[in-house]
Amino acid sequence: MKRIKSKTAIVAIVFSLAGPLSAGESLPIRNCTWCHGSSAQGFSTAPRLAGQREKYIENQLLSFSAHIRDNPLSQQYMWGATANLSPEAMRDFAAYFSSLPPKAANDGDPQLAAQGRAIYELGIAEANVAACLVCHGPNAEGIREIPRLGGLSHAYLKRRLEQWGQGFHAAAEPMPQITRALSPNEIDALASYLSFVAYESLE
Amino acid sequence: MKVIGLRLALPAAVLALVLSAPSRADEMGGPGFSSQELRAKLDYCKTCHGLSGQGYRGYFPMPRLAGQQPKYLENQLRAFYERRRSNPVMANVAHALSPSMVAALAAHFKDLNTNPIGGAPKEPVALGKTIYELGLPEANIPACSACHGPEAKGQGEIPRLAGQLFPYTVKTLGNWSKERGQGPAKDDTSFIMAATTHNLTQAQVAAIAAYVGSLR
Ligand code: HEC
Ligand code: HEC
Ligand code: HEC
Ligand code: HEC
Repeated sequence: MKRIKSKTAIVAIVFSLAGPLSAGESLPIRNCTWCHGSSAQGFSTAPRLAGQREKYIENQLLSFSAHIRDNPLSQQYMWGATANLSPEAMRDFAAYFSSLPPKAANDGDPQLAAQGRAIYELGIAEANVAACLVCHGPNAEGIREIPRLGGLSHAYLKRRLEQWGQGFHAAAEPMPQITRALSPNEIDALASYLSFVAYESLE
Repeated sequence: MKVIGLRLALPAAVLALVLSAPSRADEMGGPGFSSQELRAKLDYCKTCHGLSGQGYRGYFPMPRLAGQQPKYLENQLRAFYERRRSNPVMANVAHALSPSMVAALAAHFKDLNTNPIGGAPKEPVALGKTIYELGLPEANIPACSACHGPEAKGQGEIPRLAGQLFPYTVKTLGNWSKERGQGPAKDDTSFIMAATTHNLTQAQVAAIAAYVGSLR
């Protein structure tokens, strides 16, 4: 009896590490929360997944596994984490994480928040900076394949906006063109403002 | 030594002239702006309105500008700027444009020809076509084709509707009097559409939006 049990346990571990997941199996959430934080609110360099738009998460998982999202930390962590995920498992992870309530990181520079908000809502037409609101929503809530930005961490937002300018993740239309017009100070201001936008003030 | 120096210097100077001449001509994009400035502005419009002006579904729909009538496009930019048409984002965009830049942008978008982005429901298209071509006399709704043209390409200050985004047309017809003809009464072309939009039901609006959105 004992021997059989330990054998099934080993088989289960082997499958969860290497085998493609089918939709019926329960999701091995811990493969993700290990890095993304126990309630998926983000941890260290891994961004918050809780409350992110379902379609956006699915798209990102597909683009990690196809090596289209090639940011340095994506290559380092997410290429491996998605290497053995089936499309069904990606959909299941997307459905699960999008259903969790997100918390705001609140870790930006409060002094820059007003400037960031003005750029977010109105853009800077003289400098060809697009208003983010028209796509990401009045409360940075996102929609469909357009991500929620409200409450993501300052460091993650800043890194994402900077890395488009460095040529990474070039296929993520229209963000490469949009970030081209942003100065380092404007990026800092946007990331600061967005880190304070709370879920409670949203839907 | 001197001779050699001169010989070397001369072709170099000529070369510099030749190289700089076309680039200077390249900068002459039009009165008051360089061709780089025009290109940068077009790229800017297209981050929101789509890379080929086909429109884009963000949180809010960004209308198609490809093939739009230049006169209509210029009119609307002025309406945003004067806040007769309410949209804070486009008011800012329009604020940063000179009249000659507006004319150059309008000419560019007029010449773009791209397929509609689609995404409209299919079922109501037949009803939409009927209303578009014949109107609904009993409900006091004129045939749209009388002004917007049989192929919905528009003319002058009457806009092209062909290929327009479904959610944009639905929103526009549904909110007409809240978004257009705002502020102190002025001569404004938007009054032409006001009565028509009031008489249309939601289902009729959806039908027309689905029909014109499917036209190339
Ligand atoms: C070893 C750590 C690690 C593991 C395990 C991991 N991730 Fe990630 N994940 C990261 C990091 C770091 C990033 C940020 C990449 C970047 O900056 O480009 C990231 C980014 C993401 C993103 C993009 C989020 C956004 O807002 O664009 C998604 C989605 C994601 N991970 C989902 C998952 C899922 C689902 C799993 C489990 C199957 C998982 N991750 C496992 C570290 C990890
Ligand atoms: C025309 C629509 C549009 C506009 C305007 C726009 N975005 Fe985006 N943004 C997108 C889309 C679409 C994506 C997802 C790209 C992808 O599939 O990877 C995105 C992704 C992002 C991401 C990645 C989020 C994550 O979780 O990794 C950030 C950050 C971002 N946008 C910030 C901004 C900021 C700041 C502005 C304003 C300066 C802005 N965006 C304006 C459409 C837009
Ligand atoms: C930040 C995104 C954004 C940018 C950048 C932008 N637009 Fe717009 N534009 C919009 C939105 C949103 C609307 C819809 C407004 C509404 O619903 O009334 C719009 C509407 C318009 C309209 C009205 C179209 C119609 O069918 O009535 C015109 C014309 C227009 N824009 C031209 C331009 C031009 C030219 C540029 C570049 C100089 C530009 N836009 C840049 C977001 C943008
Ligand atoms: C008498 C001429 C006339 C008739 C008939 C007419 N329109 Fe219009 N329409 C206009 C004019 C002029 C404008 C531009 C208004 C402005 O400048 O704000 C317009 C604008 C519009 C717009 C806004 C387009 C945009 O890009 O924002 C829509 C949608 C529209 N009409 C739909 C219709 C429909 C549907 C019908 C038939 C039920 C119709 N129109 C009948 C003259 C007409």
